[in-house]
Amino acid sequence: MSGKRRFRLDGKWVDSVLTTVAAIFLALFIGAVLIALSNEDVVDSMGYFFVYPWDFFSRSFDVVGQSYGKLISASLGSGDALANTLNRSAPLICAGLGVSLAFRSGLFNIGAQGQIILGTLAASYVGFTWDLPGPILLLASVAAGILAGAFWGAIAGFLKAVAGAHEVISTIMLNQVAALGVLAYALSEMKAFQKPGDTLGLPQSPPVPDKAAFPELFGVHLGVVLALVAAAIVWWLLNRSTLGFELRSVGSNPEASRTAGMSTAKVFILTMAIAGALSGLAACMFINGDQASNNESLVGSVGFDAITVALLGRGTPLGSVLAGFLFGALAVGGGAMQTTDAGTAPEVVQVIQSLIVLFVAAPAAVRWLVRQRRKEPTSTFAAKGVTP
Amino acid sequence: MKKTARIAVALSIAALALSGCGERPSDDNDTNAQETPSASDSATTPKESHPNFKACMVSDSGGFDDKSFNQTSHDGLVKAKTDYGIKTGEAQSKADADYAPNLENLAKEGCNHISTVGFLLGEATEKAAKKHPKIDYSIVDFGYEKPAKNVKGLGFATDQPAYLAGYLAASQSESQIVGTFGGAKIPTVTIFMDGFVKGVEKYNEDKGADVKVVGWDVAKQDGSFTNDFENQAKGQSLADALIRQGADIVMPVAGPAGLGGLQAVKAAGKKAIWVDTDGCVSAAEYCDVLLSSVMKGMDVAVEDAIKSSIDGTFSNEPYMGTLENGGVALAPYHDFDSSIDQETKDEIDALKAQIISGEITIS
Repeated sequence: MSGKRRFRLDGKWVDSVLTTVAAIFLALFIGAVLIALSNEDVVDSMGYFFVYPWDFFSRSFDVVGQSYGKLISASLGSGDALANTLNRSAPLICAGLGVSLAFRSGLFNIGAQGQIILGTLAASYVGFTWDLPGPILLLASVAAGILAGAFWGAIAGFLKAVAGAHEVISTIMLNQVAALGVLAYALSEMKAFQKPGDTLGLPQSPPVPDKAAFPELFGVHLGVVLALVAAAIVWWLLNRSTLGFELRSVGSNPEASRTAGMSTAKVFILTMAIAGALSGLAACMFINGDQASNNESLVGSVGFDAITVALLGRGTPLGSVLAGFLFGALAVGGGAMQTTDAGTAPEVVQVIQSLIVLFVAAPAAVRWLVRQRRKEPTSTFAAKGVTP
Repeated sequence: MKKTARIAVALSIAALALSGCGERPSDDNDTNAQETPSASDSATTPKESHPNFKACMVSDSGGFDDKSFNQTSHDGLVKAKTDYGIKTGEAQSKADADYAPNLENLAKEGCNHISTVGFLLGEATEKAAKKHPKIDYSIVDFGYEKPAKNVKGLGFATDQPAYLAGYLAASQSESQIVGTFGGAKIPTVTIFMDGFVKGVEKYNEDKGADVKVVGWDVAKQDGSFTNDFENQAKGQSLADALIRQGADIVMPVAGPAGLGGLQAVKAAGKKAIWVDTDGCVSAAEYCDVLLSSVMKGMDVAVEDAIKSSIDGTFSNEPYMGTLENGGVALAPYHDFDSSIDQETKDEIDALKAQIISGEITIS
């Protein structure tokens, strides 16, 4: 019935892992070409390529080596680097899980961004205004973030269940409402959300106090563990629970599920609420994990990156964790590339990320390329029944 | 195989033919490629040379190509590089989560002075400064109540030149209505608008006139904002709205979004005042509608801060750009130099002197 299903359940995961790895290497290769071509020295040497071709190759090799060397060493090369990567991955993993879960019930949740934004507002507000003893405050702040995200997600589910509003449209609209309406208004107009006593009136909240922050071990905050726990819960929910069965069933065929006596309305609302809750947890990674001031650029594009994480992760919890980790490492390492002598722009990493997803989304093209290399007979893939 | 051979032959002929095209620069460029990353560097001879000093900069999420304050601050870094013969390093931030790692990476790269741009980096800069007490830090457009020993806030009294601009605008307005709008309601933007309005009030007081300002209410601290520094369409529609309310001189304080405002002004045959940089240089296509510009010398401030680190005179005392020290200024009148009468010019010069002497205080 669906290609997705075959990948996941019929032991064809080896195939899907191979495609992903090939996609990553292919994207890194194109990234390398971009790095070389965007470097002044390399471009200079192209002017006399036919006289001293070696200059071009040695310089390209040097520049790419420096950049990718830094990419790896800054994201995985030391304890600090790994901790940075893990912390940076946590929100991507959580939000990616939220998008994945919705995928499985046939819902395209584009709204992670808005759900995270609501989560940051609630978690930071509770964190810096309520006066509670340490661990309870942390718990309350995280709970507030999760609930706010769940609420924002549930709105889209509710609109779909009751009015048949397509979730793609409603979640995109809710993103705008969250970013431009709720967040911008709260931070610039409502004193309650601003730094108390801030005479400057800057549109940002104070960071939460230390007692509302996730405890750290070797620089890795507790949120990373929570993200992994969330992945385990989502796995259990999808594969072992009644709701998960209903959810997948509605995802494969809503009509049949309805006929079988399931309430699609319930499934839509609950799925979106849980997806929103996971995005809300992602919000806590910024507020309680990084102890960041909430402002309009805090979340960045994590809510949209989450969609690519879910796509790369094939809608599975384990896939989301791995994809989130990969993107976290790329984000951390990509920023460091510009501090090398080669001065490679961090935008290259965004191109690499996009290419990976593009190649994964077009597996047939990647397989064709890989096959050309190996000179495998075309029939192998055809026999397995894998079609684009 | 035949085909491959044919292609190979064609390629080698092409290579032979093309080998005459390019010329390799002298070999020494290759041997010390590490020190001189590009040939253009050696072309300019710096006034001084401090090859062991490294100045670095971290942008906020706008990036160094934002045609606004990141870019202007970055100009200061580039200028310091050519003027003092120092090494530089830079890191653009793509998201707020990049600030801390970018600062840390630059510290590891051996920077002696690190400049950061904008209030969003306030906390990250302070944390980094405490972690690396031997590195000097400066932050554009931000100040701390209690700065760490090695952090210098770079602030700008842009209300001073804006006051002069307000006076100028009031004197040149035919409709007796002038307007202004901002990119976001943050202090570094509204300070321009405050100064502008107060300058208009000064003109009314001195001349017994009744020039009105639309777009900003000082008492209520409320007015027109694009809430976006990028989107020129928003700047255009706000400027249009002000013009419909009768304004014939508009001052957009919205970075690149303000360019949309200039477009609207030009289309309606009205006049404008630009901010941050001299508009006749940075947005030359609109020079014919620009009475003047309220300049904010972020590049100068950054370069000065770096210079003080090189000289060893760096302190955490905040820098404040004023009319007096030239950190802020009213730009030349350019195309309107002949149409603004001498009396007004003299009055503005007198006001400037009074602000510098402290006779007039704006805030």
